[in-house]
Amino acid sequence: MADLNVNIGVLSLKNPVMTASGTFGYGEEFADFIDLSRLGGIIVKGTTLHHREGNPYPRMAETPSGMLNAVGLQNKGVDYFIEHIYPRIKEIDTYFLVNVSGASVEDYVATAEKIAALDRIPAIELNISCPNVKEGGMAFGTSCQSAASVVRAVRAAYPKTLIVKLSPNVTDITEIARAVEAEGADAVSLINTLLGMAIDAQRRRPVLSTVTGGLSGACVKPIALRMVWQTYHAVKIPIVGLGGIMNATDAIEFLLAGASAIEVGTANFIDPQISEKIVDGINEYLEKNHIASVKELIGGLML
Amino acid sequence: MKKYILDFRVSENVQLHDNYALLKLTPADGCPLPEMLPGQFVEVRVDRSPSTFLRRPISINFVDYPHNELWLLIRKAGEGTRTLCGLQAGEILNLVLPLGNTFTLPESAQERILLVGGGVGIAPMLYWGKYLKGKGYTPRFLLGFRSDKDLLQYDQFRQFGEVYVSTEDGSLGEKGFVTQHSILNEPFDRLYVCGPKPMMVAVARYARERQLFCEVSLENTMACGVGACLCCVEDTVEGHVCVCKEGPIFNIEKLKWQI
Repeated sequence: MADLNVNIGVLSLKNPVMTASGTFGYGEEFADFIDLSRLGGIIVKGTTLHHREGNPYPRMAETPSGMLNAVGLQNKGVDYFIEHIYPRIKEIDTYFLVNVSGASVEDYVATAEKIAALDRIPAIELNISCPNVKEGGMAFGTSCQSAASVVRAVRAAYPKTLIVKLSPNVTDITEIARAVEAEGADAVSLINTLLGMAIDAQRRRPVLSTVTGGLSGACVKPIALRMVWQTYHAVKIPIVGLGGIMNATDAIEFLLAGASAIEVGTANFIDPQISEKIVDGINEYLEKNHIASVKELIGGLML
Repeated sequence: MKKYILDFRVSENVQLHDNYALLKLTPADGCPLPEMLPGQFVEVRVDRSPSTFLRRPISINFVDYPHNELWLLIRKAGEGTRTLCGLQAGEILNLVLPLGNTFTLPESAQERILLVGGGVGIAPMLYWGKYLKGKGYTPRFLLGFRSDKDLLQYDQFRQFGEVYVSTEDGSLGEKGFVTQHSILNEPFDRLYVCGPKPMMVAVARYARERQLFCEVSLENTMACGVGACLCCVEDTVEGHVCVCKEGPIFNIEKLKWQI
């Protein structure tokens, strides 16, 4: 077995494979299919200060090699998470990270402060990039100024590992990455979904209730890889790469592009066992190529 | 109930006229079928269909435990289901199962029960009917189709109870929608419904007017099938809930349909 350990700031993951927020519930939903403790981390559903019903149905449209979603951060709020979910998941032997979102800077701060008090949650992923909510969400992540302001406020209130999830729906993602690094983010994760839309030609109407939604799946991988590679050369903090990772080879490509860890998202819907298979696949790649540690792959792209 | 991800072998593909196929499946490794309840569904991975990205949720049509066989009734609705309908005997299909909840068992064997299915919505009613009969109940079936050419599984349903048919063009059974069938003039205690949404809304309205117990099986567009992605939500008195996890079976009193 090769050394699969990677670091995100002070956070030491047993392997670089995490599951992406919004695609893996609270992990429990997949417990029949895989050994959750074999994952490097589980990033739970986007959590907000208050209960959110999310967007009306229809919320999903299939596309070739991908899907659009317009869930809109449906969740029961951070207090519900702390009271009902956390006690159930805290005994599972992997890191649980909470994806935090908000409609205002104050919301982000208040939610992060509540999560900070949970012993078994060593990090949050600050979601400033959700394309499916009218207030907050992507609006925070599409300008350096607003991204910096929310990260600055959360950084002051949240002492543990702070990962900031970036939007690809910007002109230059490296500018945003630099801005959040300057405010004390420990890492960045990229990319969130790409803004897209689907049309039902027969009905001449949009498929999604919100007209536009977030595109994910295999089709976004080249864009995500490019952005990870660009950001790797723009910041010093670690990068968590995601976007269309469907197998171990995809994951290794992200590591080579500069990601220190990866998140598996939409692929969980097609193969509920894929995240564990990717852990095994990375190990096989390392052993086959006589590479002692997965850290040797990070940023190892040769030009 | 434990969920599994298993490979199945197509033991038979019965083409039921142009638009439907009945896939009979057995576990590829020969293991016994896991427990499955009426109303539950499976998520089928569609290989060799380039534009099909996600699994397809398909109702459990029938579970034949003595023959270790699972039946899926599939309507050709798009490229994914067309590919499934074209599978040959011997081919392998990957399934996640069993998913979702089940119908509510009647309280007494004396209750008058009607199972209503429209089009491919008849699929879950066959296994539910068999299950009810096995438990000592007396289910009756009302099946609605566009025309006699669309009639599905009539002989299979007859094994488990009386079958009434309505067709929109009157080519078989009574003419009209299921809600216009004369069997509905008889008193019932419970209705279980699966079919196109307008049909389910109409039957639900009928049930509500008479204060009858009524459960419907919903089919919203879904991705994960296990309650993780929150794509397939239905608006209920308890807020947005996942059809894949809290459903697909819902009591109509919980739904915020305009009925």
